[in-house]
Amino acid sequence: MSNRATNLLVPIVSVVLGLIVGAIIMLVSGYSPIEGYAALWNGIFGDLYTIGETLRQITPYLLAGLAVAFAFRSGLFNIGVEGQLIVGWFAAAYVGVAVELPKIIHLPLAILAAAVAGALWGFVPGLLKAKFRVHEVIVTIMMNYIALHVTNALIRTVSEGGDRTERIFASASLRSEFLENLTEFSRLHLGLLLALIMVAVMWFILEKTTLGFELKAVGFNQHASEYAGMNVNKNIIMAMVISGAFAGLAGAMEALGTFEYVSSKGGFTGIGFDGIAVALLGMNTPLGVVFGATLFGSLKYGALNMPNAAGIPIEIVEIVIAVIIFFVASGYIIRLLLLRAAGKKKEAK
Amino acid sequence: MSFLEILYFIVPSAIFYAAPLILVAIGGVFSERSGVVNIGLEGLMVIGAFVGILFNLLFADTFGGMTPWLALIAAMVAALLLSLLHAVASISFRADQVVSGVAINLLAIALALYLVKSIFDKGQTDFISERFARYNVPVLSEIPVIGPLFFTSVYNTSFFAIGVAFLAWFVIYKTPFGLRLRAVGEHPMAADTMGINVARMRYVAVMISGALAGIGGAIYAQTITGDFGHATINGQGFMALAAMIFGKWHPLGAMGAALFFGFAQSLSIVGSSIPYIQEIPNVFLLILPYVLTIFALAGFIGRANAPKANGKPYIKGQR
Repeated sequence: MSNRATNLLVPIVSVVLGLIVGAIIMLVSGYSPIEGYAALWNGIFGDLYTIGETLRQITPYLLAGLAVAFAFRSGLFNIGVEGQLIVGWFAAAYVGVAVELPKIIHLPLAILAAAVAGALWGFVPGLLKAKFRVHEVIVTIMMNYIALHVTNALIRTVSEGGDRTERIFASASLRSEFLENLTEFSRLHLGLLLALIMVAVMWFILEKTTLGFELKAVGFNQHASEYAGMNVNKNIIMAMVISGAFAGLAGAMEALGTFEYVSSKGGFTGIGFDGIAVALLGMNTPLGVVFGATLFGSLKYGALNMPNAAGIPIEIVEIVIAVIIFFVASGYIIRLLLLRAAGKKKEAK
Repeated sequence: MSFLEILYFIVPSAIFYAAPLILVAIGGVFSERSGVVNIGLEGLMVIGAFVGILFNLLFADTFGGMTPWLALIAAMVAALLLSLLHAVASISFRADQVVSGVAINLLAIALALYLVKSIFDKGQTDFISERFARYNVPVLSEIPVIGPLFFTSVYNTSFFAIGVAFLAWFVIYKTPFGLRLRAVGEHPMAADTMGINVARMRYVAVMISGALAGIGGAIYAQTITGDFGHATINGQGFMALAAMIFGKWHPLGAMGAALFFGFAQSLSIVGSSIPYIQEIPNVFLLILPYVLTIFALAGFIGRANAPKANGKPYIKGQR
């Protein structure tokens, strides 16, 4: 079996194993896995409305996955997507309620605000990594909590003591009547297009620009890149800034599309952490992220149907996602087993 | 309110908030000193909290006042088993340790809530009836100043946590086991050459971290919240991770940092009734531990150096 084929098989095997583990857990705790997965299926593809909502759920997953994948390609682990998403969410919603402008200015401005906020939140760990060699994982985790508490405080200030902002002006909204009519009035919005454009943007940056070449080189080997005359520090900061901007845009999807406001949060949204799963499953490539986001976004939205239709807690899907991450992360052992299986076949022949 | 009265008010609640943090941070010290990054502390704490509460609810009638302590043991075993998953993935399967830790966190909260919903048919458990009791230490609480600060209406769990910190210091710095643990985390190949079983040391270290995180989670749930739901732990594990780094991977340093973070947490909760402090917006107290950790890492507060081989899987024969 070729190396490429095994690389592709690892995510597939992981997903299958994850679903099997999910089935076993359902079986052990006294539910029917068939009913459970049927409910999941219907929750994803049941009718036009659920399909619209599923696509809506996939949108932020695409961007969160891109954010994690982009940083990964430069050898950085951005666990801070969650925090960058939250500040992006707040920034977009704030621009959405603070001013009323013509749509052609207002909407891009709100989106830009989210990207800038996310980029700023990514800049801090990037700078610390570049200047002080501080590991980005810990800094981004800390930045997540800072983002959570700071935005909650800002929301309280903006709403004068309340726990959510006003609804954004229609001129900043991503809603589209066309998409809503198409999907029986789901909350599907134009953000999906933006997210897909960003997939192309990431591909373009990585494959067609000098910046992308340098970022990947730094990801492969910092010392070699330095020796080749690249500015490693600048590239580390750029990678985190761009990654943060993607994450901020994921927040804009929630602020301008799905919810049209921002409310204070008791805990994280989880989208940022699921973004790690998306990127890993997609092997950190733009196209892979599309597949990863589609799978996890669908699972996540479809799970909402499970308690009603089969009486199974929605958390079963989170368990499945966690198990999939485990298997993808343990790719070494799966690869080993696949190679052994392939070797045996050869012997049999 | 006089300054001393304010201290009488804050210090006991700071220690009370710090106890679980100390235990979990010490757990982190063991794991990372052996070279295994453990982002999964949060998840291990979640499982500890859940199992602790569940055990307490199920067996409160049987064991009475002993229940919370026995619940700690149950929580310890459960979290230890979960930590084995992290150990297998990151030591034997050479998985990225951070990714495996993230998976532990996702898995723990999902599994706990799944079981809560299956068993209780609602989003959180009932409240426990048998809690850890506060008490005044005889004789010691009579001492002026120190008595009301440290020995009045305290939990035994706080003394337990501080005891564990000193024990951990002894184990890590004064025993052959500790020397091997540190060697494996700094230079596994050299340790291997000297006949130390690197994988076994790392397994043991991760299991210790799981056990301590489980106990910490169960103490948190049984002293502070009294039930288990999705927001019970809510970042305490990451706070402990921060304490471990702020304490520079040293057990006593981690304890000091945990006490300080406990202080900041209790200030953000009781601060609104204290003059001067109520003037400070709450958000500054909430983010203080995280900001300080970043400063510590950036080297503004002394240099914080991680164990050299932290986060790298050890592959025999690879240079």
